[in-house]
Amino acid sequence: MSDVDPVIRFRDVSKTFKRPDGRGDFVAVDRLSFEIAKGEIVAVLGKTGCGKSTMFNIVAGLIEASSGEVKVIGRDPFREFDFFRGKIGIVFQNDRLMPWRTAFDNVRLGLQILDTDPERAGDTARAWLKRLGLSGHENDYPHALSGGMRQRVSIARAFAVDPEILLCDEPFSSLDEITARDLRTEFVRLVRQSNKTAIFITHQINEAMEIGDRVMVFHRPARIAYEAKLNPAMTEKALRGVNEDIMRVLAVEHPPQALG
Amino acid sequence: MTNSRTMRLLQAAAGLIALAAGWQILSMVFPHYLFPPIPEIFSRTIEILTTGSLLIDVLLTAGRIFGGLFGAFILGGILAMIIGQSRTAENFIAPVLTFFQGIPALSWVVFAIIWFHGIEFRVLFIMVMTTLPAFTFQILDAFRSMSKDLFEMTMVFRPSRWTLFRFLIVPTIVPGILTAWKVNLGNAARVVVVAELVGATGGVGYELLRQQQLFDMAGAMAWTLQLVLFVLVVQLTITAIENWALRYRAVSERAM
Repeated sequence: MSDVDPVIRFRDVSKTFKRPDGRGDFVAVDRLSFEIAKGEIVAVLGKTGCGKSTMFNIVAGLIEASSGEVKVIGRDPFREFDFFRGKIGIVFQNDRLMPWRTAFDNVRLGLQILDTDPERAGDTARAWLKRLGLSGHENDYPHALSGGMRQRVSIARAFAVDPEILLCDEPFSSLDEITARDLRTEFVRLVRQSNKTAIFITHQINEAMEIGDRVMVFHRPARIAYEAKLNPAMTEKALRGVNEDIMRVLAVEHPPQALG
Repeated sequence: MTNSRTMRLLQAAAGLIALAAGWQILSMVFPHYLFPPIPEIFSRTIEILTTGSLLIDVLLTAGRIFGGLFGAFILGGILAMIIGQSRTAENFIAPVLTFFQGIPALSWVVFAIIWFHGIEFRVLFIMVMTTLPAFTFQILDAFRSMSKDLFEMTMVFRPSRWTLFRFLIVPTIVPGILTAWKVNLGNAARVVVVAELVGATGGVGYELLRQQQLFDMAGAMAWTLQLVLFVLVVQLTITAIENWALRYRAVSERAM
């Protein structure tokens, strides 16, 4: 794979699930195509149930596409599952910390699974906890940490293995606005610093525009309804235009019901 | 918190003291061969604990209980893992275990006496067969309660099967395993006595049979107390292990 090749490529990818009641299939992703370049942060917006998380799980190799071609670093993430050891990091909507592990041990988890030298794994975990402002909380169990602190631990866990690709599924949605804003800023700084490729799923237009180099809006079943490239040089007016476009595209799918 | 713990201990002690007092009153009303006085039972209990030739019977029974439980735990754990990963295996194994659950302990004793010669193997067989279904189903329940979220999170790091087992499955099923040990310990203590009563030449059950033949109620009570004490000590040990292993759990300050 050369440097100009996309790190993530979806070509006509579809995913169908069997309905739980057994009555036919449910299409979650419908002929979805996109490419993401190295070092790019792509924010994905869409309403609940539009298939964002399904796309996310396909990229992570946790589920297999029903049809189409998925390539991540030039490989199929589902069929070549083991190739991606340490190459993908995920920050989930809920922190998904192991309750029986301390903050330190949770951050160390990925490194232990990757058979990293224990001393190095310990140093890396401590360094990440410190970087995310959690020094002094190494030995705390998750139940003793606040929501923001737990999410910081899960970010540290994802970054600690130094993955090439970061997948984030609404990681700050359950936090208060101030904590979310702080973590968002820290997150973007970390991703840019390490030149990682990232997909960031969110419900919030402002968050998507603040984080992404590009914003993709999904309609249900997952397919791109709108796409816009963003850059720091864009004027206030241009950004407002993108924001309005996104709102319009989101509204088209589910027009507001008239009252009365 | 200390006050509530002290209160609980006092209440528990009060219940036992009331039971002992009731027994002592009965011993004053009825002949001693029916209701021996508490001091006599106590001295016989101490005698067993301090006499090597008698204590060996208690240890023999304890060994049989542990052997049976350990065997059932290992076998049940393997079966639970197989069932947990294959619906076909579940369809095949679960009904057999349910069928076994319906067989009374005494029937297993009879089967063991007919099928096997060796006393120790008979007891082990009975213990394993009577506790295997409960161990399997309890471990299976614990395995199935594993969080899908944590499983997916762990899988992102691409662990080997062994690593997944060590880092996720074991910590997930530990609470279930400890509960299974606590529940099965009581069952095993009851079953081992029946097994020894009918088919052994040593152990608490065998000694109980001897006390019955001698019509020695104080001896029967003293041997029974050995088993009760053993179960209590092991339960307390398991609880201590549980408190240590599950120390990560949040505890509400408000007592339930």
